[in-house]
Amino acid sequence: MIQYLFHRLLQGGLVLLALFTLSFFLCRLLPGGPYQSEKAIPEHVKQKMMEQDGYHLPVHQQYLRRLSGVVRGDLGLSIRLSGRPVNDVIAQSFPVSFQLGLVSMMLASLIGVPAGVISAWKKNSAVDFGVMAVAMLGLCLPSFVIGPILAETMGRSWQWFPVMGWNGADPSTWVLPMVTLGLVYAAYLARLTRAGMLDTLSQDFVRTAHAKGVPMHRILIKHCLRGGLVPAAAYIGPAFAGIISGSLVIESVFQVPGLGRHFVKAIETNDVNVIMGIALLYGGLVVLGNIVSDLLILWLNPRARTLSS
Amino acid sequence: MIGSSMILVRYMGIAILSLLILACQKETQVERGNREKILIVGNGGDPKSLDQHLVTGVIESKVIGTLFEGLVGDDAQSDTAMPGALWSDGAPVTAEDFAFAYHRMLHPDMAAPYVEMLYFIKNAEAYNRGEITDFSQVGVKVIDPFTLQITLREPVPYLPGVTRHYTWFPVPKHVVLRHGKMAQRFTAWSEPGNIVGNGAFVLERWKWNDHILVKKNPRYWNASEVQLEGVKFLPIENFYTETRAFLAGQLHTTYQIPPDLVEKMSREYPQYLRQEPYVGTRFMRFNCTRPGLDQAKVRQALSLAFDRDELCATVMQGFEACTSYTPKMGDYSPAQVLRFDPAKARQLLAEAGYPGGKGFPRYAILMGSGGTRSTVEAIQEMWKKHLNILVDVRMMDQASYIEAQQKLDFDMALAGWIGDYLDPTTFLMMWTKGNGNNNTGWFSKSYEAMLQKAAQQTDPSKRLEIFEKAEALLMEQMPILPFAWQARNYLHHPSAKGWHPLLLDNHPFSQVRLEPTKVEP
Repeated sequence: MIQYLFHRLLQGGLVLLALFTLSFFLCRLLPGGPYQSEKAIPEHVKQKMMEQDGYHLPVHQQYLRRLSGVVRGDLGLSIRLSGRPVNDVIAQSFPVSFQLGLVSMMLASLIGVPAGVISAWKKNSAVDFGVMAVAMLGLCLPSFVIGPILAETMGRSWQWFPVMGWNGADPSTWVLPMVTLGLVYAAYLARLTRAGMLDTLSQDFVRTAHAKGVPMHRILIKHCLRGGLVPAAAYIGPAFAGIISGSLVIESVFQVPGLGRHFVKAIETNDVNVIMGIALLYGGLVVLGNIVSDLLILWLNPRARTLSS
Repeated sequence: MIGSSMILVRYMGIAILSLLILACQKETQVERGNREKILIVGNGGDPKSLDQHLVTGVIESKVIGTLFEGLVGDDAQSDTAMPGALWSDGAPVTAEDFAFAYHRMLHPDMAAPYVEMLYFIKNAEAYNRGEITDFSQVGVKVIDPFTLQITLREPVPYLPGVTRHYTWFPVPKHVVLRHGKMAQRFTAWSEPGNIVGNGAFVLERWKWNDHILVKKNPRYWNASEVQLEGVKFLPIENFYTETRAFLAGQLHTTYQIPPDLVEKMSREYPQYLRQEPYVGTRFMRFNCTRPGLDQAKVRQALSLAFDRDELCATVMQGFEACTSYTPKMGDYSPAQVLRFDPAKARQLLAEAGYPGGKGFPRYAILMGSGGTRSTVEAIQEMWKKHLNILVDVRMMDQASYIEAQQKLDFDMALAGWIGDYLDPTTFLMMWTKGNGNNNTGWFSKSYEAMLQKAAQQTDPSKRLEIFEKAEALLMEQMPILPFAWQARNYLHHPSAKGWHPLLLDNHPFSQVRLEPTKVEP
C-alpha cells in the first residue's frame, strides 16, 4: 500500500512538472503580454516594467527562475494586481472556493446518491423515470440558467436569501450558489450511482440474499451500496478537485470571491504568474483527488485491493 | 433501520427549516446601511492597487478619491496652502509630501503607467525619460512646509481640474519610505493596515472580489461636515447580478445597468433610474494604412451611412447619438458635423471608386471582450443596407485586441475614450503622430500645428476656437468614426442624498448623506 502511494505521488510530481513547463511556454505564446492597457502606457515605461519584472531575460532563464521560485513555494507576483504575491491571491480566494465546493459536493451527494439508489431499486418504474428525468434536466440546464432563476425567485422576489455576496460565517449567503452548483453534480452522481447499483443488484449474492429472505432495504444498504458506489467514488475525487478550484459562472452570477474569476481575468490580461499558480494548484488538486478516489475504491472494493497488492 | 432513516430525515427537515427562518431577511442591506450610515456602492470591479502611482483606471479612482485629496491651483505658478491638514495617522500633510509624490511618480524606476498626467510640469517628461537626472530641474519646488510651487511647461488653464485627478494627489512620504525605497514599485505601503491617507475616509478592510470598506477619517480637515460613517465598494463585474442585487435592496447605487435593461428599468423603476451624461465617446477606429480605408472619402461615406439615432434608440439605449467627437463640456462647442445621409454616402463611395459598393474590400470589425456584439451587428446591417457592402466581425480577447490595434493589425476596431479632465485636450491630443492611443496610422501636420498654437494661447475663448477648428479637421479626415457619447445609466436609491450628476462621475462621497426614504413601488 505504501509503495503504491509512493508511486502515485511520484507520478503526481512528474505530472505537475509537465503541467508547469507546458503552461509556462503556452503563456509565452499568447499574444498581448501582461503590460497591455486600454490607455496606452508610454513605451519607455513599459520597457522599465519588463526589466523590473524580469520579462526582458531570455525565455529559458525566465523558466528556470520561475521553476526555482515554485520549488521554494513562491508563485511570483501578479502583474495585473500591481505586484500582489500570487500566494496571497490564492490564500485569500481558495478558502472561499473550497468552502463553496465542499458544501455543494455534500449537497450533491445527499441528493444524488439516495436518488440513484432509489432509482435502481425501483428500476423501470415511474419513480425511476421521474428521478432520471429530473437528473437529465439537471445535467442539461447550465448553471448560468439555473443560477439567475434561483436568484430572481428565492433571492429577489421571495427575499429568502441574498441574491449575491458571500460571507463564510453566514450560511444564508451560501444557499443559492451551493444549490446551483450542487444540482449539476447531484444529477451526475444520481446517474452514476444508479448504474453502479444496477450492476451490483444483478449479482448472484443479491439473489441469494433475496432467497434467504433478507429485507430489501437491508440488501440495498448493507449488501449493495458499497459496490454500487464505486463509479460515483471514481468520479467524486476529480470532480471535487474541479469544484473547489473555482467556478467562473457561479462566482459571476452570485458575486462569490473565489478563484475562478482570478483565473479567467489572469488569462484575459496574460497575467502569467497567476495563470500558472492557479493551474498548478488545480493540477495538484486533481492529482490528489485521483489518489483519494483510488484509495476510496480500494476501501469499497476488496477485489481492487487484491489487484493493487 | 427504517426508524433511524426517519430520524435522519426529521433532523434534516428541521435543519432546512431553521436555515430558511434564519435566512429570511428582515432588514435589507440598504436599510441597514441607512441605519449605520454606510453607503453601499457598486464599483464594477476590484482596483488593481491603491497606490495611485501604479494604476490608470476609473475603478481605482473611486476608492483612491475617498482616501486621498489633492491640491487646487489656478495658474501657471500654482501656490498651495494646506492649513492644518493631517494624514490619517496624525502626521501633518506638508508640501514635501506633494513634491515627494510627484518625484516618485516621475522617477524612471517607478515605471508609473499614468505618468503622462504629470507631463504638464516643466521638465517632467525629460526627467521621466531619463534625459535629465536632477529632479531640481523639474518644476516642483517646496517653498516652505505649506507652500508648493509648480512651474508648468505651458499655460494650462484647466489645471485645477487636472489636479483633482488622483495622479496629482500627495502620498505620505514617511509611510512610503517605511515600507521601501521611494521608487520601489511593489511595496506594502498601500496595503490594508499600512495605508495612510489625507481624505475623508480611511481604509478599513479590503477583501478581493468581495468588498472594500472605508470608514470616516476623524482626522480629516473637514471631518465635521462628513455625514457618512463609511462607504462599502462592491466589485460587481456582472451588471445583471448588480441590477438584481440593487432591486433586492443590497446596494444604494450601481455602477452601470446593462444596455438591454435600460428600457425595462425606465418603464418599471423610474424612481431609481439615473441617466446622466459622461465625458466619453464610443467610436470606430479606422486603420488608415489599409488600401480603401486610406481614402478620407471612403471613411466619410462609412460615417454618413451610419444612423446614430437608430443605434442609440435600439442597441445602445441611454447613450446619446453624437454630432462630433468630443462630448459636450463647458464652453467648448465643436461644429455638429456628424449626420446621417445615405445618398451622400453612396455618392462619396462611388467617387472613391466603389460605385454601389462594387469591389469594396471585405473588411473586419475588431472587437475585444469588452465590446458589445449587438453594436457591431447593427453597424453591419446599416452598411449593408445603405452602401451594399459587407463587413465581418473579428472577436479577440482583450490583450490581443489591444495589441492588434497597436500593431495596426486590423481594419476597423470598436473603441472608446473617457476623458481624464474637463478640457478638449484630453480627447484631441491622442490623435497626434506617435501617440500611444492613436493607433490609426493617421496624422496631420496642420492638425498638430493647431494643437500647438492652442497650447500657447492664453485667451481661453480663442484657445477653444482653435481646438474647434482642429476638431473640424479631424472630423473631415475621419480617422475615427464617432457614434455615441457615453452616458451613465445606473440605479440609485433615493435615500442617498447629495448625489448630483457629474460629467466625470467623480462623486465626492464626503458630501453624500443617507436619509431613510420610503420609495413608492
